[in-house]
Amino acid sequence: MNPFSSGTRLRDMIRAIRACKTAAEERAVVRKECAAIRAAINENDQDYRHRNLAKLMFIHMLGYPTHFGQMECLKLIASAGFPEKRIGYLGLMLLLDERQEVLMLVTNSLKQDLNHSNQYIVGLALCALGNICSAEMARDLAPEVERLLQFRDPNVRKKAALCSIRIIKKVPDLAENFINPASSLLKEKHHGVLITGVQLCMDLCKVSSEALEYVRKKCIEGLVKTLRDIANSPYSPEYDIAGITDPFLHIRLLKLLRILGQGDADASDCMNDILAQVATKTESKKNAGNAILYECVETIMSIEDNGGLRVLAINILGRFLSNRDNNIRYVALNMLMKAIVVDAQAVQRHRATILECVKDSDASIRKRALELVYLLVNESNVKPLTKELIEYLEVSDQEFKGDLTAKICSLVEKFSPEKIWYIDQMLKVLSEAGNFVKDEVWHALIVVISNASDLHGYTVRALYRAFQTSTEQESLVRVAVWCIGEYGDMLVNNVGMLDIEEPITVTESDTVDAVEVAIKRHTLDLTTKAMALIALLKLSSRFPSCSERIKDIIVQNKRSLMLELQQRSIEFNCILQKHQNIRSALLERMPVLDEATFSGRRAGSLHTAISTSTGAPHNLQNGIAKPAAAPIADLLDLSSDDAAAPSSSGGDFLMDLLGVDLSPASAPSGTSQPPKAGTDVLLDLLSIGTSPPAQSSSSASDILSSSQDNKAPLANLNGLASLSSLPANATSPASPVPMMDLLDGLGPIPQKHEENGPAYPSLVAYESSSLRMTFNFSKQPGNPQMTLIQATFTNLSPNVYNDFLFQAAVPKFLQLHLDPASSNTLPASGNGSITQNLKVTNSQQGKKSLVMRIRIAYKMNNKDVLEEGQINNFPRDL
Amino acid sequence: MIKAVMVMNTQGKPRLAKFYEYLPVEKQQELIRRVFAVLCGRAENVSNFIEAESIFGPDSRLVYKHFATLYFVFVFDSSENELAVLDLIQVFVETLDKCFKNVCELDIVFNYSKEMTLLENIFWIHTILDEIIFGGQVLETSSAEVMKAVEEISKLEAASNAITLIPKSASGWRSR
Repeated sequence: MNPFSSGTRLRDMIRAIRACKTAAEERAVVRKECAAIRAAINENDQDYRHRNLAKLMFIHMLGYPTHFGQMECLKLIASAGFPEKRIGYLGLMLLLDERQEVLMLVTNSLKQDLNHSNQYIVGLALCALGNICSAEMARDLAPEVERLLQFRDPNVRKKAALCSIRIIKKVPDLAENFINPASSLLKEKHHGVLITGVQLCMDLCKVSSEALEYVRKKCIEGLVKTLRDIANSPYSPEYDIAGITDPFLHIRLLKLLRILGQGDADASDCMNDILAQVATKTESKKNAGNAILYECVETIMSIEDNGGLRVLAINILGRFLSNRDNNIRYVALNMLMKAIVVDAQAVQRHRATILECVKDSDASIRKRALELVYLLVNESNVKPLTKELIEYLEVSDQEFKGDLTAKICSLVEKFSPEKIWYIDQMLKVLSEAGNFVKDEVWHALIVVISNASDLHGYTVRALYRAFQTSTEQESLVRVAVWCIGEYGDMLVNNVGMLDIEEPITVTESDTVDAVEVAIKRHTLDLTTKAMALIALLKLSSRFPSCSERIKDIIVQNKRSLMLELQQRSIEFNCILQKHQNIRSALLERMPVLDEATFSGRRAGSLHTAISTSTGAPHNLQNGIAKPAAAPIADLLDLSSDDAAAPSSSGGDFLMDLLGVDLSPASAPSGTSQPPKAGTDVLLDLLSIGTSPPAQSSSSASDILSSSQDNKAPLANLNGLASLSSLPANATSPASPVPMMDLLDGLGPIPQKHEENGPAYPSLVAYESSSLRMTFNFSKQPGNPQMTLIQATFTNLSPNVYNDFLFQAAVPKFLQLHLDPASSNTLPASGNGSITQNLKVTNSQQGKKSLVMRIRIAYKMNNKDVLEEGQINNFPRDL
Repeated sequence: MIKAVMVMNTQGKPRLAKFYEYLPVEKQQELIRRVFAVLCGRAENVSNFIEAESIFGPDSRLVYKHFATLYFVFVFDSSENELAVLDLIQVFVETLDKCFKNVCELDIVFNYSKEMTLLENIFWIHTILDEIIFGGQVLETSSAEVMKAVEEISKLEAASNAITLIPKSASGWRSR
C-alpha cells in the first residue's frame, strides 16, 4: 500500500487547503495530494479508491487538472458492485475531458449497465449517458435507451426520456425511432415521468418536422386535457409549490403547446380556451403562479393570432410591470421585448411604466428597461423620451452611464427631427457624460456641426458655455476646442445669433483662456491637448491681438513630456515665426465635411450593410451610397484630389482630421513612437500653403512606404529623434523646397545619408513557419564600429500577434542598444510589419563578426508563444 | 436546457460546480470567478436575475439565490422559464436541507458533523443534484421524490456494504 495516499483523509486535505493563506500554498498542497493519488492509482491501490476519487472531485472543483483520474473511474465502473459503479460514474461525469478513447472505452460498460438487472445500476448508466453522450455513443446505445422508455420503474422511465433528448440532439436522424414511445409517455399519470415525456416531445418537435406533425395531430387534445386537469386539480402535496399544483408541469405543457400552435391556426384554436383559463384563473400572489402566467403569456404571443387573448396577455404584463417583486418586473420587461414585435401599439401604452423601470435601483431591471425603451422610440416620441433619459443621465449610477449614453446617442442620431435639436441633445449628453461618449459619436457630431453652417455661431457659443461648467468631460472638451478653433470669431462677435439664444459677451482673450485651460489641465489626455494646440494655432490667425500670447502658450509646450505635443509646438512655433505669409491660408476654416463619406466609413468600420439608402436627410446612418471614394482624409488635405483614398476606415478619421496620434499606447509615456499615419495630414496641412507641390497627392502613404523602402536613411534618422513619422521623411528628392524650410527648425537634415545607400545586403535573420525577421544594415560615417540594424518582422500566420516583444542578447565584445518597436501588434498574413531599430557596436570589428541570440515572444489567440534562435550569418565585416 | 449549476460561498470559493456542456476546467474557473464578481456587487433587495450573456455567451440566463454564506447559481438558456428555475433552486436547497440539516449554515463540502464524512458529502451532493437535473434537463421537481430516490441509493450502498465509510442506513447519514 502506498504510504502517502493513506496519510490524509479527504477531510484533512480540505482542511489543509482551506488553511492555505496564499494561492501558492494551495497549489503546493494540491500538488502533493495529486502525486499521492497518482501513485495510488499506479499501484492499483484498492483500499482508498473511494477516498482518492472524492479528493479528485474536490481538486477538480478548485480548478486543477485531474484527467489522470479518468482511467480510475473506468476501472470503478467496470467493477461489479453498486457503490464502486456509483462513484465511478460520478467521477467520470466530472473529470471527463472529451477524449475520444475514454468515451470509446466507457461505451461498452454503459451498454452492459443499461441492460443490468439492478434498476439502480441502469439509472446510473442512464445518468452518465445523459451527461456525456457523444454522437457515436448515441448511435450505439439508442436502442437500449428506447427500450428503457417502457421500463416498469418510473424513475428509470423518466431518466430514459431525458437521455433520449441528449441522443436526438446529438443525432437528429434517430428522432423518428423515439416518436412513438415518447407520445405514449404523454399518457403517464406519474408527474415526474410526464414532465420528462413532455420535454422529450418538445425536443423531438424541434429536431424533426415529422414528429411535430405527429404530435400536432395525435396528441394535442390529450395535452390540452392534461393541462386542464392539473389546472383544476385539487391539492396534491408532492408536486405542490406554494399552493399551486405542479407549476413545472404547467410550464412544460404550455411550452409544448406553444411549439404546436406556432404557425398552425387549427392547433392554436384548439388551445385557446385552456390558455384563457390559465391566464385568468391562475393565482398570482406567489412566484410559482407568476411563473405559469409568464409562460402562458409567451405562448399566447407565439401562437396564431387571437385578438382577445393577446389583450389579456399584454394586460398580465402590465400587472407584472407594476408588481413590487423585482423578479416579476424583470420578466415582464423581457416578455415585452418579444411582444413589441407582435403588437407595438399595446406595448407603447406601458411606456411610462417602462421608463420608470429605467430608473430602478436594480441594475438588471434598468438594463432590460433601457433596451426596451430603445425599441419603443420612434419619430413621434423621440423628443419626450430623450428628454426623460437625459434627465435621468444626470442622476444615474456611474456604471450605468455608459450604456445609457450609448443608447441616447444612438436614438438622437437615428430619429432627430432637426439639426439644432440633435446638436442640443448631444451637447447635453457631452456635458453630462462626455467621458462615456464613443469616439465615432462625437466625430459624427463634428461632421454635422460642420455641415450646419447657419448654426456654427450658435453651436460654438453653446459649447463655450458648456465648457465653462464641465471641463472634466473629455469629449465635450474636444468638440468645444475643435469648434472654438474653427469658429472662434463667431464666438466673440455673436455672429448668426438665433432668437432663442441669450447674448453672451466673450472677448478674444476669454476664448484663448478656454483653450489654454484645456492644454493645462492635466487630467485631459494627449488627444485633447493636441486638439487644443491646433485650435490655438487656428486662433492665432483669427485673433491677431492675441497672437503673442498664443505663441507663448505654444512655446511652453516645447518642453512637454509628451513627444507629440513637443513636436507640434515646435512646428507650430515655426509656422508662427517664419511663415507669416502663408499662415492665414494655412489656418483657414475647414471645408465642410462630407457626411455621406463619413457615415460610409463609419458603416464600413462597423461592418454593417450599406446597401440600403433610404436617405432621409436628417438621418445620419442612412444616405450612404458611395464607398469611401472621397474620403474625409481630404479634410485638411486641400491640395489633394480623390486619389489619396486611405484604405483603413473609421478610426483614423480623427487622425486625419487633426493629424494627431490617437493610440492610447503612446499617451502615457512621452518616449514612445507615435504611429506613422498620425502625422500624414499634418504634412498635408503644411503643404496647403505651398500650392500643389511636386509631391503627389498620395504623399501621405508614400511616406509610409518610402520609410520602409529606404531603410538606411530611416535608420539614420533614428539617431535624431527615433521618429519614423518625422515630417523630415518628406525630404525625399521629390519634395519641394518650401517644405524643408518649414522644418528647418529641426536641426540637421539627414538628406546626405541617402548617398550612403545600403552597403550591406539585407538578411533574413530568422524565419519560422509563423514569423520572419529581416535585418537591414547601415553604418554611420565616422563610426565604423557601430552598425545600425533595422529589424522588420512579418507575420506568416493567419492570426494577429499581440504583445509582441523582441529581445536580443550579444556576447561581451559587442554592445547592443534596442530602440522601442514601432508597434506591439503584428497584423496577420504579412499585412503590415513591425520595425525595430538596433544599434550594435563591435569592439573587435574586423576580427570578430556579429553574433546574436534572439527571443521573440507574442500572444496568438491569447496563447503565449515564444520563439528563440541564434543568428550567426551576419555579413563578415560589420 | 440548464447549462450549469454552481454553488459558491460569499468569498467566491466554489462549493459545487457542475457544467452540463463540456468546458475545460480553466474555463469553468474563469466563469465562476466572473459570476462571483457580479454577484458580490449586488445589493440584497434586488432581482434574482443577472445579465449572463456577457459571461456565458448568447442565449444565456442566470438566476441565483443567496442563502446565508452561499450563492446558488443556475445558468440556462431561453428554453427554461426564469421564474420556474428560481423555484427549482428552492427545491434543490430544500432537498439538501432535509438531507444535511441546515445547508445554509454549513459549507456544503465542509461539514464538520461527526459521523458524516466529507467524503460522502461530495458524492451525495452530486447524487442529489443528479436526481433533480439530468444532463441539463429538469428530471424531478418534487423534493419528496428526490429524497425517496436518494434514500434508495443509500440503502443499496449500505446493503452492499462494500465500503465501510458509507453509513449503515439512510437515516444514518440523514440524521447526523
